[in-house]
Amino acid sequence: MAVEGNSIDALSQFELGTVGGAIGASVGFTQSNLHMLIAGALIVAMMVLGMRPRAIVPGRFQSLAESAYGFIDDMVVAQVGPEGRRFFPFVFTLFMFILFGNMLGLFPYAFTYTSHISMTFTLAAIVFVLITVVAIVLHGTHFFGYFFPQGAPLWLAPIIIPVEIVSYISRPISLSIRLFANMVAGHVMLKVFATFVVMLAGLGAVGPFLSIMPLTINVVLVGFEVLVAFLQAYVFAILTCIYLHDAVHLH
Amino acid sequence: MPQLDFANPLMMSKLVWLLIIFGLLYFLLKTIALPRVASVLDERAARIAADLNAARDAQAAGEAALAELRASTAAARAEAQAAISAAMVDAQAAAAKQAAEINERLNAQVAQAEAQVRAARDQAMGALRQVAGETATAMLARLSVSAPANDVTAAVDRAASQGAV
Repeated sequence: MAVEGNSIDALSQFELGTVGGAIGASVGFTQSNLHMLIAGALIVAMMVLGMRPRAIVPGRFQSLAESAYGFIDDMVVAQVGPEGRRFFPFVFTLFMFILFGNMLGLFPYAFTYTSHISMTFTLAAIVFVLITVVAIVLHGTHFFGYFFPQGAPLWLAPIIIPVEIVSYISRPISLSIRLFANMVAGHVMLKVFATFVVMLAGLGAVGPFLSIMPLTINVVLVGFEVLVAFLQAYVFAILTCIYLHDAVHLH
Repeated sequence: MPQLDFANPLMMSKLVWLLIIFGLLYFLLKTIALPRVASVLDERAARIAADLNAARDAQAAGEAALAELRASTAAARAEAQAAISAAMVDAQAAAAKQAAEINERLNAQVAQAEAQVRAARDQAMGALRQVAGETATAMLARLSVSAPANDVTAAVDRAASQGAV
């Protein structure tokens, strides 16, 4: 599949297809959505089964669930402040959904749903709508003062206002492209070096020895991708928190 | 790039499913999973706070008991000190009184004894004078010198008083 003749096909891993036979095809249920379901089930299982002992001194599994909770809770409170607590379930869902999507995608034959710009942009758009609605509900028309900081000289308004508007609107774009590009780049590199392993291995007697090099690179890359998977989920979540802070406090 | 193939109908259906799954996950986490974690964490925080309070109370009680013990020790010591000094004063007073009584009795006995001695001496002196007078009268009679009895007695008295000095 990866090697077709002598060409490298690094992009077919991102192609959408339906799962679930005729029913899945009729409702457009793709393998991407299947992985979302698996990730969601894993998240719920981790939180619900992990907390089942309700122990005062937590075991390993409960510690995992509690530290995931505490990690996002601390982040939300530190970035948004105590009044940001009500956004905690949303940020938690967002972080875990992206983290599990990134991690699941590293398994062989798995599909990385965060590698689709349409998917990451949809999440970013949800964040964008949320922060805009929160800002308007909390501050009403004062929200539009956000685009012109108080105390700035009035003659600068023609420059400042467009810049602020563009930077505000580019938030969901940068948010979605960052995650999408990181995941695509990582998976393309993995695929390219994996293809090198197969191609070099076919080069007669010395081939198998040469192929150790790209294999080594791939082993290192997988470790690196685990880091990126966590980091990108973290960046998405913390930027969401920062935007929520702006929405709640208006600068 | 398959991600940019927006003509693909699966692209849209995928996003609809994404919204459904994400919404469901949000709902499940918000209503079921996260409150459970929060309740366990609250329970633990409450338990820790209660234990800390209990420990603080126990420490305060211990300190109070220690202070009470110190105070009662000091009180007992002071009381004992007072009792000791009172007993000492009593004993000294009793000893002084007894010594005074003894002195008095001894003085009385000494005075009585001295009076007896003086009486005995006076008696003895009286008897001696009589003997000396009689002896002197007898010796004068032997010498055939007659002298009035009064002169003899006066001479004996003079001699006795010179001898006593």
